Amino acid sequence: MKYDYLIIGNSIAAVGCIEGIRENDTEGSICVVTDENYRVYGRPLISYYLWNKTTEKKMLSYRPDNFYKKNDVELMLGTRAEKINPEKKTVSLSGGREIGYGKLLIAAGSSPFVPPMKGLDGVEKKFSFMTLDDAKVLAEAIGKDSRVLIVGAGLIGLKCAEGISDRAGSLTVVDLANRILPSILDEKGSAIVQKHIERRGVKFYLNDSVAEFKDGTATLSSGKKIEYDAVVIAVGVRPNTALAADAGGEVNRGIATDLKCVTTIPDVYAAGDCAECLNSITGKSQVLALLPNAYMMGHAAGVNMSGGEELYDDAIPMNAIGFWGLHIITAGDYEGEAYVKREGTKYKKLVTANNNLRGFILIDDIERAGIYTRLVREKTPLDEIDFEAIKERPQEMAFSRAVRKDDLGGVK
Amino acid sequence: MKRIYVNEEWCLGCHLCEYQCAFANSGMDDMVKALKGKTIHPRIQVEGDNKISFAVNCRHCSDARCVKGCISGALSRDKDGVVVIDTDKCVGCFTCILSCPYGVIMPSSDHSVVQKCQLCMDNASGEPACVKGCPNRAIVYEERI
Amino acid sequence: MLRDYLYPEYEAVRNSELCIGCRACERQCSNEVHRYDSDLGKMVSDSTNCVDCQRCVCLCPTHALKIVKSDHTFKLNANWTQEAITDVIRQAGTGAVLLSAMGNPKEYPVYWDKMLINASQVTNPSIDPLREPMETKTYLGKKSEEIQRDRNGNIIPETSPQIELETPIMFSAMSYGSISYNAHKSLATAAEELGILYNTGEGGLHEDFYQYGPNTIVQVASGRFGVHEDYLNAGAAIEIKMGQGAKPGIGGHLPGEKIVDDISKTRMIPEGTDAISPAPHHDIYSIEDLRQLVFSLKEASDYKKPVIVKIAAVHNVAAIASGIARSGADIIAIDGYRGGTGAAPKRIRDNVGIPIELALASVDQRLRDEGIRDEVSVVVGGSIRSSADVVKAIALGADAVYIATSALIALGCHLCRSCQAGKCNWGIATQVPELVKRLNPADGKERLVNLVHAWTHEIKEMMGGMGINSIEALRGNRLMLRGIGLTSKELEILGIKHAGE
Repeated sequence: MKYDYLIIGNSIAAVGCIEGIRENDTEGSICVVTDENYRVYGRPLISYYLWNKTTEKKMLSYRPDNFYKKNDVELMLGTRAEKINPEKKTVSLSGGREIGYGKLLIAAGSSPFVPPMKGLDGVEKKFSFMTLDDAKVLAEAIGKDSRVLIVGAGLIGLKCAEGISDRAGSLTVVDLANRILPSILDEKGSAIVQKHIERRGVKFYLNDSVAEFKDGTATLSSGKKIEYDAVVIAVGVRPNTALAADAGGEVNRGIATDLKCVTTIPDVYAAGDCAECLNSITGKSQVLALLPNAYMMGHAAGVNMSGGEELYDDAIPMNAIGFWGLHIITAGDYEGEAYVKREGTKYKKLVTANNNLRGFILIDDIERAGIYTRLVREKTPLDEIDFEAIKERPQEMAFSRAVRKDDLGGVK
Repeated sequence: MKRIYVNEEWCLGCHLCEYQCAFANSGMDDMVKALKGKTIHPRIQVEGDNKISFAVNCRHCSDARCVKGCISGALSRDKDGVVVIDTDKCVGCFTCILSCPYGVIMPSSDHSVVQKCQLCMDNASGEPACVKGCPNRAIVYEERI
Repeated sequence: MLRDYLYPEYEAVRNSELCIGCRACERQCSNEVHRYDSDLGKMVSDSTNCVDCQRCVCLCPTHALKIVKSDHTFKLNANWTQEAITDVIRQAGTGAVLLSAMGNPKEYPVYWDKMLINASQVTNPSIDPLREPMETKTYLGKKSEEIQRDRNGNIIPETSPQIELETPIMFSAMSYGSISYNAHKSLATAAEELGILYNTGEGGLHEDFYQYGPNTIVQVASGRFGVHEDYLNAGAAIEIKMGQGAKPGIGGHLPGEKIVDDISKTRMIPEGTDAISPAPHHDIYSIEDLRQLVFSLKEASDYKKPVIVKIAAVHNVAAIASGIARSGADIIAIDGYRGGTGAAPKRIRDNVGIPIELALASVDQRLRDEGIRDEVSVVVGGSIRSSADVVKAIALGADAVYIATSALIALGCHLCRSCQAGKCNWGIATQVPELVKRLNPADGKERLVNLVHAWTHEIKEMMGGMGINSIEALRGNRLMLRGIGLTSKELEILGIKHAGE
């Protein structure tokens, strides 16, 4: 069996790839291989699923029911890609099958990283928080009285905390870092968000770590002891790079790709959380494990795989996330001169460098944030806009009349 | 596809489009009933003063970043090209607000989901209410190439 | 002074039940009648400066506003009317000439409304304009008395220069300065689409509008603003303005603060200087002098453009028209005392001049009597309010009509008669950029085109009813008119019989 297009992984990058391919090629055969047993769903939804803001049915309707059929895609659920054989242009699947490809996309995503922790093996109820199945078993395992210990105060750990907050008795979060969400917030921002989350009854132990799990009690490095009924490990994720590495592809932290999303192996592309792409702000390659980026990179890969050309050259780190109604939007990085405005929980930090907006943090003040994102992404020279006005609030008025005319009267 | 375009040369900054929008999407049959004494949450917003002003709403980009970035699939382009939001699927993560370069997707009045202009395809207005209610044809609904 | 306080003549009344506080009225009123009171948490109005332009009424999305005539009154007096008393108080306070705008609003007789149109019954069938051809095309200019032939007996088709109109209606003179750029653009583009002409007025022709030349009458007035060779050759005809119905006998004065940017450039006078149109043309004191100007203009335009001489309808208008016809002019335009203006002394507007109906009838009759009716075409203006007025004017002897007030109403004017203030809320009689942009010429053009199309349809209906299928056959056909409630003198001047006769 040989497919014109073979996609390993069935998450957002895969969907982007399918839609990218079908813009150019409505005929070529497409096969998607996934070790999960679900249609595509947005992984970040799992916390909303636990929080009852969505349902499994709604989650699984990321794309319409007829998505695979309409796009003429063969979906192999519960099937693991074991090995890529680039010389034969085949992929070995679990169960011993081997299928050929014309072009291959690795969109294998990432896996939870579980660091070695003393006594963790003996913890009966321990969970990761990555997939729908993770969420389901976690939900099964905890009840109204459960004391849940979350290791990791990053995006995943805290979204998990919010998700299970109505299902669990108490929530405790431990992190080695001295503040929460360090990957997206500065110190002030972390403090604001931490305070907000603490008001919801979540306890934080920062600058600390679990020294040992034993008999339902976690002893921290500081000596504090926390009793738990369940443990969620949300320390971080690792890109799934083994398939590419084993096939001889270049792998750094993620699978190395060029602007057309091609790996160093001919006819093999990579996209999404397993792959590195160009961070257009720093000019360096890195893994930008974010859902919108996964789609866009997958889409670019799909277009390029099917004979078109789409450079994936404007990726930036960015995040939209909320905790108990407190919304945070960030983009870019914070290397430069900062303009800061704070009022209660409202916090705005705009960072400029070299006549560009390089990054920003918005907390509880997110309206029209995309205009800031646009400045970051497009590297708009700030002396060409009314930066003073846009500092106050994002607005079209800050752009020149000509830009506005195109924005509001041009075909998009 | 037909889109709403705004020509600031003719915008008077009267803000009537905002009220027409809020009314059209209120589900009520009477503007007074719908809007009196209420703070409006229109999907179109007027910027500026009486010298320079213009209304801004969804551009219905053919290559829409909001759709690409939506984590739940709540945002999509329908068969006519209209970028639509399925509020049933939306979880209110606001990734679209992060993504939209024009700042035209906004939280709903209770912030639980987002709202955006859907060209009045989703209400009883029949045609975009802002266009119908613009006293100076600054907002038009037409096909441009 | 407190003692000069005059209660507002019109009051903006808000139905608080309906008001949703959108503040559109506040944003749209250049007279600052409406405002949002944050202490009271609602919209309030101060009608002191309300001119009853109806802008707020039209834009209020819940129709919560109306303007009412104040019932405040002085002690009733049929002689000393409220207006008479008010004017005295104003002048006692200011020592100034009272200014006003648009046409004479006084209760003089409207002769159009005292004439009725005929229709065919039995003996001469009426014509259905939807099924049979109905010609509204009109040519203005000198008509040859007899057919000219060359040596071989072939007809020489050349005639004096003519204006060709698809329908016998033109937009009369309104200068750029008295009305806005967008108003001019609306008129120019509408004229082009309609196959008729608009008139620059005395302010010159903005360079953007040269492209509409074939549909433009360029005017030469006593101030000669913006007149140069290219201007004279830009249009389809040249009009010498001797007078204006709204203010016969006096000149015009556009204050320096309105002479800005393009207006200064178009008028060819320095920014900030007053644009004063003298009462007379200083080079015209006789028909002979007028003839010199007519031929100067013909010379300058290579005899290719018909020359119109426009006068206000005044006493002895027939004799004056006879003189003009003999001056070499191709067209006489007569403007009645109800004609509009952007600014005129109130006493002049309300007391000088005569009704266009009587002027037209007497001019047409006089030119016929003298055998020179074909030497000129006659165009009349000064409150043509409907297609019925057009039909009556043509039956009285006009070749075509000029409309301006009707055109402005189509553009949004509600006849608040405050043009002189320069704060027109409809973007017409103003040069304030924020107000000018309220008139989108795309909309303005469409509304003008609609209006003239509608009138043309109605003209055809009325002509068909009379059994007449061309403007040509209606012109001067006074048998088609009957007077009602008129004295025998009035009937005599109008040259029509009384209804029932």
